[in-house]
Amino acid sequence: MSKLLIGKLSDIDIRGSRTVRVKETEIALFRLEDGSVLAIENRCPHKGGLLSEGMVCGTVVHCPLHDWKVDLQSGLVKDPDDGCVMTFDTEIDPEDGAIYVTI
Amino acid sequence: MTVPKKLVLIGNGMAGVRAIEHLLKLAPDTYEITIFGAEPHPNYNRIMLSTVLAGSTELKDIIINDWDWYKENNITLHTNQSIKKIDTQRKVVISESGIEAPYDEVVIATGSKAFMLPIPGADKEGVIAFRDIQDCEKMFSAAKSYKKAAVIGAGLLGLEAARGLLNLGMEVTVIHKHPYIMERQLDEAASLMLRKELETQGMKFLLSKHSASITGRGRVKELQFTDGSHLATDLIVMAVGIRPNVDLAKSSGIDYNNGILVDDFMNTNIPHVSALGECVEHRGVAYGLVAPLYEQGAVLAKRLAGVETAGYAGSVTSTKLKVSGVDVFSAGRFVETEGSRAMRIQDDVAGTYKKIVIRNGKLVGAVLFGDTADGASLFASIKSGESIEGREKELLLGISSDLLGKSGGGASRLENMPDDEIVCGCNGVTKGAIGDAVLNKGCHTFGELKACTKASASCGGCKADIEGLLHFYAGDKVGESAKEGICGCTSLGRDEIVEQIQSMRLMTVKEVMHVLDWNNKEGCSKCRPSLNYYLGMLFPEEYVDEKESRFTNERYHANIQKDGTYSVVPRIYGGVTTPADLIKIASVAEKFNVPLVKFTGGQRLDLFGVKKEDLPKMWEELEMASGHAYGKTLRTVKTCVGNTFCRFGTQDAMAMGIKMEKAFERLNAPAKFKLAVSGCPRNCAEATIKDLGVVAIDGAWEIHVGGNAGVKVRACDLLTTVKTEEEVMEWTSAYLQYYRETGQWNERTAHWIDRVGLDTVKKALEKQEDRLALMERVQKALSVTTDPWKEIVDNDELRKNFEPIAGPLPV
Repeated sequence: MSKLLIGKLSDIDIRGSRTVRVKETEIALFRLEDGSVLAIENRCPHKGGLLSEGMVCGTVVHCPLHDWKVDLQSGLVKDPDDGCVMTFDTEIDPEDGAIYVTI
Repeated sequence: MTVPKKLVLIGNGMAGVRAIEHLLKLAPDTYEITIFGAEPHPNYNRIMLSTVLAGSTELKDIIINDWDWYKENNITLHTNQSIKKIDTQRKVVISESGIEAPYDEVVIATGSKAFMLPIPGADKEGVIAFRDIQDCEKMFSAAKSYKKAAVIGAGLLGLEAARGLLNLGMEVTVIHKHPYIMERQLDEAASLMLRKELETQGMKFLLSKHSASITGRGRVKELQFTDGSHLATDLIVMAVGIRPNVDLAKSSGIDYNNGILVDDFMNTNIPHVSALGECVEHRGVAYGLVAPLYEQGAVLAKRLAGVETAGYAGSVTSTKLKVSGVDVFSAGRFVETEGSRAMRIQDDVAGTYKKIVIRNGKLVGAVLFGDTADGASLFASIKSGESIEGREKELLLGISSDLLGKSGGGASRLENMPDDEIVCGCNGVTKGAIGDAVLNKGCHTFGELKACTKASASCGGCKADIEGLLHFYAGDKVGESAKEGICGCTSLGRDEIVEQIQSMRLMTVKEVMHVLDWNNKEGCSKCRPSLNYYLGMLFPEEYVDEKESRFTNERYHANIQKDGTYSVVPRIYGGVTTPADLIKIASVAEKFNVPLVKFTGGQRLDLFGVKKEDLPKMWEELEMASGHAYGKTLRTVKTCVGNTFCRFGTQDAMAMGIKMEKAFERLNAPAKFKLAVSGCPRNCAEATIKDLGVVAIDGAWEIHVGGNAGVKVRACDLLTTVKTEEEVMEWTSAYLQYYRETGQWNERTAHWIDRVGLDTVKKALEKQEDRLALMERVQKALSVTTDPWKEIVDNDELRKNFEPIAGPLPV
């Protein structure tokens, strides 16, 4: 486990997302309306859709390929489908808005 | 920089603050704003007070603008401050506690007061109104120590108060001076049904009773009636009506009658003093519903922002309410009078009732009870004043008369279907899976079945079969399907939503979801893009498009492919290109190692397999407009070569096509739409399977509409034949705008025409004045569009979203 400095809050639009690659894993970072940033593996368990490109409703992202719904907090796929993706702990420095992800 | 002017708003309620929100959008830095509120709370949704009383929500849930909102918008807010007087000479507002606020413009939005019956004893402890949070709090505390409550007035507010008091565990009697309840909103039959329902919930009623006096030592003990009878009670809630609050007008020399008098632009008789909301009287009417107040707010905001606006012309209102869980609706003149005829169906088993009132072949009023799904369409019909002759039964029964009397017929086919046959092709759901869901997983409604199996959850084409199977397996157990809205987040349909957005002038997706009470406040991937479209369609010049509520393709202006790469289609007007453009496209394709270049079905070049981060770079080098091959907008105008080279061509199809593509590119629509122009009836551009196809004949142009070559081929219907190119543009503009204004989001023209009927479309476009009006509206929508590729190329803030974040650093 290591903690990485990924970027700063202003890199991500509110209700938007950005990606970052750490070795083999592509991570999608989402900045929610409440200011929090959540990180998950950028791969839908269904057909590998890029979740970073999906629409975010609350804490759920809709996969752009077939509308599977993945909860950004738990990484669990919502009913009626099932599956899960990896989630990563995030931290935001309240001073300078730096985003840290633990991998 | 100019010094901002001072704007003071008196009244921190829904109408006034709503107008300020609107103003901030139109002219963000024009005013320095101060708001005075008499209550200690930020702006909250007064309509939802009954839900607070009913215990299903808390105060914090009904706050519309929280404290932060005031801060973020640099608004000075004084709560707990009533205003004593406006000194219109010195242009200063003076509060009860002596705060003085100078103004350049002042807006009075002090709302209304509950009317208290002037009977002896009305000032006793335990006699209250139901108007604000404080009243709610008094009811909460009364319920803790006392048992019996009386509510005077069986209008909406009274019944809501009564329901809330029942929830708090009190015995509630409702007193009403009329023989039946809610007589202003319901006819006698619906009123009776409502009363029965409320009685089963535990409410007691005393009707045709007039209150005479209230007795008790200190606190209320008994309510006496004029007929000599009396009722023992510990709490009396008076809900007999509201009166515009004109106190400030009285003390400040502003003209008032029942309410503060305003003109169509919300001006009072004193310069720089405006008023709006429940405290005003406009053309003799004081409104108490939220929609008219929002309409007034929109006019006032525009005037204060210096934006040109038509005046407020009054509102036609309908009432759609939920009373103790029962939906009721009424509109227009719903009580029969001489010269009108009524039709009604009453179903005491299902608890529904519907009445329509017709006069001179037109619908003039309607009442619905239990099921109000048809309310919006009935109200639209009343407002339009259209003739409904021949369609009366259809309106009453809510079914097209063609379908009446036809039997199902499909039952035996479904019965004989093998278990492994796929019913829903999109999601691969078999008949067996449906059976399993119904028999073993307890799905008894179409909605449950859809949620559980995903059957009919994508294109919806199999809905009839799924419903048939539901009945086949569940038989009598089929539950009453919850009314289906545009998605699972709401029970409202497209027309209801559009009408509410329009009448309340809701301005953001979030606001729509809140005000229309979405059961999932975050929305979903279906309703968010729909609302984004409807808002943009209704308010092309004011609405700020929300890219977060658009699909990937429309956010990145390219088509996402299954491997996460994108495809790029530059605009090639009419499919007519030049060697120079071809060389440019070819060299860009080579430079970025595009793995596949293909001609599309619409005569364009598609560069596939492009990495997201390369998109802006490619656009920059292409220097061509976006071909919009990805959006719910105009895709392509396909053309044949026409009379330019072809020996059969009768007209210049290419020029016509290019003209159309240039005119309508970037136009948002409910769904994608494709056009084509053929130069002769041989129709090489395949114009008769397009959303709109133009076919040249000798000396004229035929306009065909509603075609589709997709899942199910639908040939176009001929809309009209015209002589000139200008007429082609006029009809096309009008047709597209009519589709934009009436189509459901994601509904292609082929389905739309089947739904609304070709005759309806023809009728809407038949008069030139109507066509020109539609054309003007489509021009307005087009005038605010810009090329998205160029916009992104030139803007680093937008461009960053195409790149991954630079890189992780270990800490």
